[in-house]
Amino acid sequence: MNGVHDLGGMDGFGPVLRERNEPLFHADWERRVFGMMLATMGQGFYNLDEIRHSIERMAPAHYLGSTYYEHWLAGLERILGEKGRLTSTEIETRLTKLAATAPAPLPARNDSTLADRLGQAVYAGAPSSRGKGNPRYRAGAAVRVINMNPSGHTRCPRYVRGARGVIEHVHEKHIFPDAHAHGRGERPQMLYTVAFEAAELWGKDAEGRGRVYVDLWESYLEPAGFVRKTVPRKVPRRPRAAARKQKAKRR
Amino acid sequence: MSKPHDHDHDGGHHPQPLSGIEARVRAVESLLLEKGLVSSDAIDRVVSAYEKDIGPLNGARAVARAWRDQQFKKRLLADATAALHELGIGGLQGEHMMAVENTPKVHNVVVCTLCSCYPWPVLGLPPAWYKSPPYRSRMVKEPRAVLGEFGVKLDPSVEVRVWDSSAEIRYLVLPMRPKGTDNLSEDDLAKLVTRDSMIGVGTIASG
Repeated sequence: MNGVHDLGGMDGFGPVLRERNEPLFHADWERRVFGMMLATMGQGFYNLDEIRHSIERMAPAHYLGSTYYEHWLAGLERILGEKGRLTSTEIETRLTKLAATAPAPLPARNDSTLADRLGQAVYAGAPSSRGKGNPRYRAGAAVRVINMNPSGHTRCPRYVRGARGVIEHVHEKHIFPDAHAHGRGERPQMLYTVAFEAAELWGKDAEGRGRVYVDLWESYLEPAGFVRKTVPRKVPRRPRAAARKQKAKRR
Repeated sequence: MSKPHDHDHDGGHHPQPLSGIEARVRAVESLLLEKGLVSSDAIDRVVSAYEKDIGPLNGARAVARAWRDQQFKKRLLADATAALHELGIGGLQGEHMMAVENTPKVHNVVVCTLCSCYPWPVLGLPPAWYKSPPYRSRMVKEPRAVLGEFGVKLDPSVEVRVWDSSAEIRYLVLPMRPKGTDNLSEDDLAKLVTRDSMIGVGTIASG
């Protein structure tokens, strides 16, 4: 989707603001949100592409006006709702109840088997590669990013669409987010790192010598040099010529 | 949020009311616990992995090793995932790693314009600025200006390579080894390596 999350190349956000001695989490609630996200995704209640798309669907003003872990909370609430795990009514009812009572620590509910399993998963990871495929492009091949504007999830940033680049790396087949975020399975596709010259992306406003490298799936690309021509109308030449001849004869 | 009760009446424990976001997180967590969908210790366990173990020291160890050991450096640049596994480094958000090397002619820097992708096993969780709209919007279009704000001044002849982590490949910048560090041990070299230098928004001063 052409969402607010697709920020590459936008202007007007001002300088990058850094915090001195920034803590890992700014408040305990951020810590809990981080943990809940890993614990629910780690059990397969939803996948990484689904949660990314869930966050992308935040209202643009809310997205830009809220902090990072607020994005995670909003994304978590939405995806758990869509997966039938937690409804917004349940959350609102619980909020009303919490407002009416003095805050107290949550009673712990422990499950050491789950804790061990998720603790190990942090170190094991969850690879998205699905083996060597049959690459259409080799390193060094010239490609162009297709023009695309899907309303659903995609990992093809707007700022590279239509741009020409060169294949820098040929990776393996990877889970295809555009399908995986929408319950259409993994549909693995070849993944490439594509190098774009700054001048190709930004034209006369490019800042200087440089390149941007973007990881793109095969179906986002077409061979460069391929020019999409307007399809010629099929004009039945011979019959027309024949008709003219006949007309001439009749005169 | 107003805090009408942020003073103690009687010297005993008197909890403050929850802010809006705190209440919301509390509501979600309490419901997930009651439904048996998460457990308190599982949440604690994954959080503590990043609070107590996984952080930029991992990346610094790998960089220091690469500086000292040319064979390891070759392996790191050829297959970073496997090379990092040699050091026991791997896991979520580092399943497919690539290392990119800074040289006097090339400066690499990493961004995620679409969200917040970051190589967790080597650098831990990203700082807020990395996830912020200014960094994500500008780094691909005006990297030199952004790097300048971070104090990295590059000669116009240096090629800037920006890596936008749009898939599940995660990037680690191998910074240039500072001059005058030939006699340092791997541990001492690792202490010089900053998180920012491994994102590409910092360089390492000569020792």
